[in-house]
Amino acid sequence: MAIRRVFIANRGEIAARIIRTCRTLGLETVLAVSAADRDSLPAKLADRAVCVGPPRPTDSYLKVETIVHAALASGADALHPGYGFLSERAPLARLCEDHGLIFIGPTPAQIEAVGDKLRARSEALAADVPVVPGASVSSVAEAVEAAARIGTPLLVKAVGGGGGRGMKRVDALADVAQAVELASAEAGAAFGDPRVYLERYVSSGRHVELQVLGDGRGEVIHLGERDCSVQRRYQKLIEETPAVGLSSRLLGELREAGVRFSRRLEYRGAGTVEFLVDTERDCFYFLEMNSRIQVEHPVTEAVTGVDLVAEQIAIANGEGLRLAQSDVRLRGHAIECRINAEDPAQDFRPSPGRVSVATWPSGPGIRVDTHIEAGSTVPPFYDSLLGKLIVHGPDRAAALDLLERALAATHIEGVATNRAFHQRVLANPEFRRGGVDTGFVARLGASS
Amino acid sequence: MSLTAADIQEIMRLVEESNFDELLLETQGVKLHLRRSGTSTSMVPVTATAPAAAPTAAVAVAATTPAPAARTAGDGQDVTSPMLGTFYRSPKPGAPPYVEVGAPVEADTVICIIEVMKLMNTVRAGVKGRVTQILPADGALVEFGETLIRVAAAD
Repeated sequence: MAIRRVFIANRGEIAARIIRTCRTLGLETVLAVSAADRDSLPAKLADRAVCVGPPRPTDSYLKVETIVHAALASGADALHPGYGFLSERAPLARLCEDHGLIFIGPTPAQIEAVGDKLRARSEALAADVPVVPGASVSSVAEAVEAAARIGTPLLVKAVGGGGGRGMKRVDALADVAQAVELASAEAGAAFGDPRVYLERYVSSGRHVELQVLGDGRGEVIHLGERDCSVQRRYQKLIEETPAVGLSSRLLGELREAGVRFSRRLEYRGAGTVEFLVDTERDCFYFLEMNSRIQVEHPVTEAVTGVDLVAEQIAIANGEGLRLAQSDVRLRGHAIECRINAEDPAQDFRPSPGRVSVATWPSGPGIRVDTHIEAGSTVPPFYDSLLGKLIVHGPDRAAALDLLERALAATHIEGVATNRAFHQRVLANPEFRRGGVDTGFVARLGASS
Repeated sequence: MSLTAADIQEIMRLVEESNFDELLLETQGVKLHLRRSGTSTSMVPVTATAPAAAPTAAVAVAATTPAPAARTAGDGQDVTSPMLGTFYRSPKPGAPPYVEVGAPVEADTVICIIEVMKLMNTVRAGVKGRVTQILPADGALVEFGETLIRVAAAD
């Protein structure tokens, strides 16, 4: 059956991004909007927008039944979940499946297999993919015992968590009990799942992830890695590809491991396997798999020339993989900056409001994915991402120069942004050299 | 502070004489939205906490332009949908509708069912008066906030 009308269960820049590809493919789009997003740019771009509920995500974008009802009643044959919201919730994929609506993503079983971190960890072990030394714990006493075995520093992580939420660092064994209790209570409140596990904290690590595409029948290819080590409190800010300064042996093994992990699941669609690269020990560990399109996917698109959303749709449409591994060529260097509505003067707290001026850069090698134009509102209910600046050059130095010029040409007024932060990073010699670890942003903040 | 009918008439007159097409006014407890080209002008009570399942009652004051009949309609009220779903006028196929045009309604009168993935939600009028219009067709998809019926205040 051929997909003709796609229902988009998301908002913001990714909604606009998905609509763009649908339009290129000649597909109609129906967009779910909350009452706060009725006049958003994606609502204008979509062929139709349907209001699914009040502004709060729990009353609109997170309502599985309402979303599927809206998709079916508006005559859509497929649903794209974007990232965040319901994208990694198996019940949505399952409800779609039950009602003959094509879910543009993996199967419910695959979402479950990688969504539960403990399960994902055992899947990784089964696929002979290295994991960070750690242990799942079911009591504080067990945690104290396991912590002594793993050693400090270590991380207490929520089993149901993600994106850095529900994560605590412990530097002294004496603090383990308290951190576990606190993390468990927080995880219970935030994710409805109080289970936690412990993991060795790698002090000098880089976050390197692999983009994969699977046909759902066991064939998986990769489209290169992305280095996302520039993070603040586990939130990615700058991503680039290729990852520089890694040995070709390590990179080769990492790519093989990511493909092996996905193949074992017979993964369907686009996914990202995240690794922590331990630069001191020159090895890598599996972190998790994200079973959806990633915020930073455009850097991969820049160097491969592949439209990942189009491939997601093709796979969902039963066309399988339209590329062989040998067709994937990585050309040049691409970097993405996330421009967020955050106030640097207020410890980067979200800065919602009305955007009075929005001038985005353009030109060869520059791509902007955004939902913000002059007059747009940044509602306080959602994430603060205003847009992504993506540059592509023949090499990293050229990409950095282009990014500097692109940032200088970016003007947002009405809400505070983190543009100046990006400019500081770009001017930093350590970042310029390449290969910074995940502690870089914290050090940068301390030095200012 | 609250707006009286006379205040709103005055504000509407000012908007009509101005170059503006739209006015959104928020004061304590009241949100007033006027739109020149639209068909209705509504006054929505602003509540601090989201009303869970209760339908939001919107007060249609009058159309600013161009329908002169609507303008004199005075103080009708729009009952809007509290959720997205399929609109059903009666409890089951073949059964008489909950309400007809001309019927009197009380705040707790059930006016329709909105179905979301086989889950039936009853919607109550939330206002007292007489039904002047039922907008969606039976079985149609209604969005959150869409007007379901119009109610004229009881004499």
